[in-house]
Amino acid sequence: MLKWITLAPLIGAIINGLLGKRLGERAVAIIACGSVGVSTVLAFTAFFTKLLPLPPDARRYTEHFFTWLSVGSFHADFAYLLDPLSGIYILFITGVGLLIHIYATGYMHGDPGFYRFFAYLNLFMFMMLTLVLADNLLLLFVGWEGVGLCSYLLIGYYIRKQEAGDAAKKAFIVNRIGDFGYMIAVFLTFTTFGTISFVAKDGVESIMTQAAAMPVEAFGAVGVLTGIALLFFVGATGKSAQIPLFVWLPDAMAGPTPVSALIHAATMVTAGVYLVVRCSAIFVKAPTALAVVAVIGAVTAILAATIGIAQNDIKKVLAYSTVSQLGYMFLACGVGAFTAAIFHVMTHAFFKALLFLGSGSVIHGMHEEQDIRKMGGLKKYMPITWATMAAGWLAICGIPLFSGFFSKDEILWRTFATESLPHGWGSVLWVVGALTALLTAFYMTRLMVMTFWGSERFGRSDAHHGHGDGHGGSHGKPHESPAVMWIPLAVLAVLSVVGGYVGVPPALSSLVGIHSENHFEHFLEPAIGTPDVVVHAAAGEVTATGQAAADSHASHDVGMERLFTGISIVIAFLGIGLGWVIFNRQPLKVMPRLLENKYYVDEFYGAAIVRPLVDVSRSFLWKIVDVKIIDGIVNGSAAAIAGLSGVLRHSQTGYARGYAAAILLGAIVVVGFFALR
Amino acid sequence: MESQIISIITFLPLLGAAALLLHGIFWGSRGVEKARLDEQYRWITLFFTIATFAVSLATLGYFDQSQAGPQMVMRTPWITTLGVNYFVGIDGISIWLVILTTFIMPISVLASWRVTKRVREYMIFMLVLETGMLGVFVSLDMFLFYLFFEITLIPMYFLIGVWGGERRIYAAIKFFLYTVVGSLLMLVAIIALYFLNGATSFDIIEITANISSGRLTISHNVQLWLWLAFALAFCIKVPLWPLHTWLPDAHVEAPTAGSIILAGVLLKMGTYGLMRFNLPMFPEVSRDMAPVMMTLAVIGIIYGALVAMVQPDMKKLVAYSSVSHLGFVVLGIFAFTEQSLQGALYQMLNHGISTGALFYCVGVVYERRHTREIADYGGIATPMPGYSTVFLIVALSSLGLPLLNGFIGEFLILIGAFSSSVPYAKTFAVIGALGVILSAVYLLWMLQRVLFGEVQKEENAKLQDLDWREKAGLLPLVAMAIIMGVMPMLFLRATQPAVNAVKDAVETRIIRAAK
Repeated sequence: MLKWITLAPLIGAIINGLLGKRLGERAVAIIACGSVGVSTVLAFTAFFTKLLPLPPDARRYTEHFFTWLSVGSFHADFAYLLDPLSGIYILFITGVGLLIHIYATGYMHGDPGFYRFFAYLNLFMFMMLTLVLADNLLLLFVGWEGVGLCSYLLIGYYIRKQEAGDAAKKAFIVNRIGDFGYMIAVFLTFTTFGTISFVAKDGVESIMTQAAAMPVEAFGAVGVLTGIALLFFVGATGKSAQIPLFVWLPDAMAGPTPVSALIHAATMVTAGVYLVVRCSAIFVKAPTALAVVAVIGAVTAILAATIGIAQNDIKKVLAYSTVSQLGYMFLACGVGAFTAAIFHVMTHAFFKALLFLGSGSVIHGMHEEQDIRKMGGLKKYMPITWATMAAGWLAICGIPLFSGFFSKDEILWRTFATESLPHGWGSVLWVVGALTALLTAFYMTRLMVMTFWGSERFGRSDAHHGHGDGHGGSHGKPHESPAVMWIPLAVLAVLSVVGGYVGVPPALSSLVGIHSENHFEHFLEPAIGTPDVVVHAAAGEVTATGQAAADSHASHDVGMERLFTGISIVIAFLGIGLGWVIFNRQPLKVMPRLLENKYYVDEFYGAAIVRPLVDVSRSFLWKIVDVKIIDGIVNGSAAAIAGLSGVLRHSQTGYARGYAAAILLGAIVVVGFFALR
Repeated sequence: MESQIISIITFLPLLGAAALLLHGIFWGSRGVEKARLDEQYRWITLFFTIATFAVSLATLGYFDQSQAGPQMVMRTPWITTLGVNYFVGIDGISIWLVILTTFIMPISVLASWRVTKRVREYMIFMLVLETGMLGVFVSLDMFLFYLFFEITLIPMYFLIGVWGGERRIYAAIKFFLYTVVGSLLMLVAIIALYFLNGATSFDIIEITANISSGRLTISHNVQLWLWLAFALAFCIKVPLWPLHTWLPDAHVEAPTAGSIILAGVLLKMGTYGLMRFNLPMFPEVSRDMAPVMMTLAVIGIIYGALVAMVQPDMKKLVAYSSVSHLGFVVLGIFAFTEQSLQGALYQMLNHGISTGALFYCVGVVYERRHTREIADYGGIATPMPGYSTVFLIVALSSLGLPLLNGFIGEFLILIGAFSSSVPYAKTFAVIGALGVILSAVYLLWMLQRVLFGEVQKEENAKLQDLDWREKAGLLPLVAMAIIMGVMPMLFLRATQPAVNAVKDAVETRIIRAAK
């Protein structure tokens, strides 16, 4: 059953890729959406009939496909593992994926590459599902690189657009840098554990089981587990756009908007989080790595949020917002709150996919205009888009009872209350996270206000805002998108509102008189490494007392948790209020140059890495080492031999007596050599 | 049949060459018009290469995957006074290389379809070359091996020198001299080995067995010199950095088919030789020299990739990428683990498929525009969508995307090197893995400049997409790239025992030497 979840979209991709040109738009759309539909149905069926009936601690369902690679003691099978972690992932990948496929049939309508687009999109579904269902690190890597390939193909989908091609190439190469870390991590995993599998095979225990039996490495030391964890995290920073490899994601917006929603917001970019959570058993033994993950996550979150404030392209704002939200997820991982990270992955998939699809609807309705400075007042023209996007907006801001509220609040609280980092780190990271929340509410409100409220700025097609591409208002009034596009928006809006209720913490549910545990956390916990094994005492020494830590966690003041929830709510409203006041009055307020230019990170990489590498390769390695030195020696010695033979030619006198004398001389030398030895 | 099949495969192309010769003599004198005659030569050659491929597939039926030693052997005395035997057969190391050769040849013939200059001679050289290459892989007698090794030089020399580009003479002579220097030293080493073994036989199997059983002991010093002589010959062929500078010139000047064969098969004679001679015959020296060889290999990986990155000429770019990819193979060979050796062998096949296909792709647009400069293209995905798809898949297979062939080879080599006990092996593996980043850089950058964006030049706007002949040549390569990436065990099972035998030969000698 698991294999058909992935194979259905693959078959769709093959049919559309090979025959799509002749099939016509309608058939292509049916095949593409149908195959993902099959996949969705099977994913839900597998989740509810194969996984849930199992006892909570034994929820692991595996399927073996075939032996992919087996050399010596190294094995990597084509085999799938369905457990709570991959279970949650396949549900939202297929669900959100299906909605986006349906939406895209409307969005891409009339595009000459319609079939190609859906072939890529279906291929992406196969790769993404393989990534999360893989039962070993190498098959996971197949999905990992596969989604990267589809991302490359879809970013560069508009093949005639120069910047699309550049962005695609950049995405692939930056991801490859991360993949380098992943590869080395796999090597190290193999040499350390003798396996790369998440399940026990041929009498070898899984990575997780083996890692759980190993001692916790000291904070500040880089042992083998810390090394593995950090290297995997390098891979994660590439795929999930974290510092220092986040630069590709904003450029990736050159692809069609449904792609941005599916790949660059809801699913692929969270693969890094998935990887860290999947390997959480290793991470919890590597406090240094956890600290790095937390800090990188927090810094990325706030950095991207500040950039997001100053962007004017509607998709760029959302892209930086995605980078920032991914930062939250890593922050959660770093403080040991892996379940909270996955919870946020899920709610983010709902509201960010919604926001992107909404932006696509806006772009569509505005005749390919993406600059929010040229929008305004769209509420009137696009009521459904406005209403649905508003749900996403409130969700990401963390307004109570919307999905983002629960997941973000969970992360912030867990950050403050963390026990897996040295004392004091939690508070600092919480401040960063809270500030980011404020900024998030602020820039999202700016986006919404500039797009939907205020005066209509699209009538006047003056080029004075920089890149006036001449067709700003030439196509008539903005219009609402067709039903095939707004229905997915509506469904996602509902999910963005209610999606958080699966993970309400007891501290909040008890407020309304329901006394139950956090269902989401409880469900996911068996699949991840137990984070509360590590407890940092004030002096930094490590005590491993699992149950005691859990108890102390539970005994934490419920009041404290409620207080922090209150603070979160205040922050959210504050951010919205500030944004509203400032941008409603002054929608075209000029933003700081440093932020608008993204801290000049791209320029820095270009000057510090790319250019020197190219220059050295061209002017030194090629033109000097290869041409001058190596070939110089070769040609030189050839010339020398030619010269030498010119000299030796004089010995070729043609006189037999001369040759005879030479032979005699030679013979004497040889005989003499042996005689005298 | 079983004992003759190898000889049939090896000499079928030569028979084809003879047929061409007779056909030309017979029909050429009857005043048949040249164009028609040329067409017949092409079809005859295609027929013989496909027939050879078909017969070579039959070896799979006879091949016993559980055996390490040579199979389907044929051994008859040839020059009895010297103890030279006609001794051929295949084992796990050579079987796929033989099939790779027979697979690449029909494709090369298709790639040569538009050659109009002296078609008969061209095709004869191609067929002679095929016999030579096959002979190298099936010979189990050193004398025979050397003979075939040298025979390949001559047709290749002429293919470059007569049918090549502007600087073809320079390139052909450079190619010839470089490789002749190496192989002459190898000849000396072969003769020395012959005398050391009692001057009775050139039998590779026998000599290897004598060495590993200790019946034949060679002083360490002599071993070192012999090892160096063999290694030099093979490393020039590979080519290992810094012996690589003949390769870019040869590739750039060679006709498309010449490049395909050169990259696809000829270079593998070098890495094959290292696995057949250096490792099993001189395990201690191989072990001692491993850090040196791995260093050169890793330099080649990085250096080749960096220089490839800045090439303005597509063929040169692919040529330098070969230096990088073959560096992986040498890295794998000298890491002496099962994964790395299997990976090295697999990477030889991959490189044949992927780089052969890359050269084919370059050749396709060269035939249309007569330029290899990247700057002369741009945006040709618009007029040539089919071509662009193929080029993209081929590039992805070359840069090691999982589920395509290149990944399996590189991954096995690197993980094998990482777990190797050779000093500094981990470091070499990590540096080598950097090459995986760089291959994405130079290939995708090239694709970006050649295929994507708006069409910049008028001449490129109306380029014809692939025709049936080009599809027939390229699609089998694409299919193989996918099959080898998805189902590697199909190939690796057959190579396992022989590879393990090589690995064991190195290991046991090391252990014995340690005692």
